Amino acid sequence: MINWELFWSALGPIALGGLIGTIPVALASFALGLVIALFVALARISGIRVLSALARFNISVIRGTPLLVQLFVIFYGLPSLGLLIDPWPSAVIAFSLNVGGYAAEVIRAAILSVPKGQWEAGFTLGMRRSTSLRRIILPQAARVSVPPLSNTFISLVKDTSLASLILVTELFREAQKVAAFSQDFMLIYIEAALVYWVICLGLSTAQNRLEKRLDRYVAH
Amino acid sequence: MSPTEVAGGSPLLEVTGLSKAFGKTEVLHSIDLSLNKGSVTVLIGPSGSGKTTVLRSLNGLERPDAGIVTIRGGETLGADDEVRVDFAAPAKPRMRQLQAERLRDRSAMVFQHFNLFPHKTVLQNVVEGPIIVQRRARAEAEAEALALLDRVGLADKRDSYPFELSGGQQQRVGIVRALALKPQLLLFDEPTSSLDPELVGDVLGVLKGLADDGWTMVVVTHELVFARQVADEVLFMDGGVIVERGAPSELFANPQHERTKQFLHRLLFPL
Repeated sequence: MINWELFWSALGPIALGGLIGTIPVALASFALGLVIALFVALARISGIRVLSALARFNISVIRGTPLLVQLFVIFYGLPSLGLLIDPWPSAVIAFSLNVGGYAAEVIRAAILSVPKGQWEAGFTLGMRRSTSLRRIILPQAARVSVPPLSNTFISLVKDTSLASLILVTELFREAQKVAAFSQDFMLIYIEAALVYWVICLGLSTAQNRLEKRLDRYVAH
Repeated sequence: MSPTEVAGGSPLLEVTGLSKAFGKTEVLHSIDLSLNKGSVTVLIGPSGSGKTTVLRSLNGLERPDAGIVTIRGGETLGADDEVRVDFAAPAKPRMRQLQAERLRDRSAMVFQHFNLFPHKTVLQNVVEGPIIVQRRARAEAEAEALALLDRVGLADKRDSYPFELSGGQQQRVGIVRALALKPQLLLFDEPTSSLDPELVGDVLGVLKGLADDGWTMVVVTHELVFARQVADEVLFMDGGVIVERGAPSELFANPQHERTKQFLHRLLFPL
């Protein structure tokens, strides 16, 4: 039998954990991660060998090691070097580096998907590379990269549950507390899953809207 | 007096010894070219002959290995306000960039595939250069853009996106975008080659109007009728050299070189 009373009383703390932990950590990490990704992507296509190699190395390390391990290195490892970082910033650092590694390749591919003629049209108007990139190329690359970046964001929202292991107050950690207290593990963890699902449904809707908006200038 | 020569004036554009190789393939071999203000020069020749590379070099989109390009100031900018780029002289990347920018200051390019900005409306496409690059006031730039759009019959499309336009309309926007920069020199790279045949006339009509208004133009095209009616001088290129040049009436009626004859024959009698 489902203990509805427990279900409803647990919803408060679990949702609150999402509201003050999961969602802000995800948003901050994603925003920061996109900035990192943009610079890594630009380094990759810069044509400057050292920069491009560094960027490739960064991407390789981020994608080639587990997120949980990255998180532990930052939170439990760095203190032995005298670098003590609080749970919240540790989580944001690890997650944004992670997004930076994955999204860099998405952004790089999106930039390269814009035809060369678009760069040249910018140049012939007298634009420098940076202006062409900002005004001509990136807006078009943004349209292409919304679907894959949305995937990255949705994965990130779910991955933030790992932050419970470095003591960040977030959705899953709150669920664990309630579960331990009530001993009804099945119900509470299913409930936590449902809350994640609702958050991700909201994100998918937002993604669809954004795609429609960015699609207004392409033929259908 | 040759048709491009104006008594007393020195040419607006002078190109000497323009050469370029991609790896071992020589695409331009010492091209010389000179044209006066208000003249129309048409480059014809088989594909791969180097005509597009000449045009792109004038706009700094391609960097030749050698050669000198001089664009003189003329009345508006003062006679000594000239741009002169010697491509053979060693230049650091920063200098090369600067040289390309100075050439682009004076010329504007119309592309075969239009290259309109798909995420911007017609009006936004046209005012992008004047406002963002030339830092002119928005109100003034938009008023001028609308007048130019009106001229090519597209004022009512100001808020359309490029995908909503036909190829001919897109190319007319491309031309207006170039005109809005108020360049000394208009460069056209096969402006009608990617258009449906029935749309070619519209665009050529616009080009003819510009020539009548006194714009200085270099046009790469396969439209021989246009060349015959509008060009002051026609250059026939093949294999990276200018094989033959002259007034269209002479060059078409009485080509001197075998290669010119063959090329014209192929264009006129494709079967």
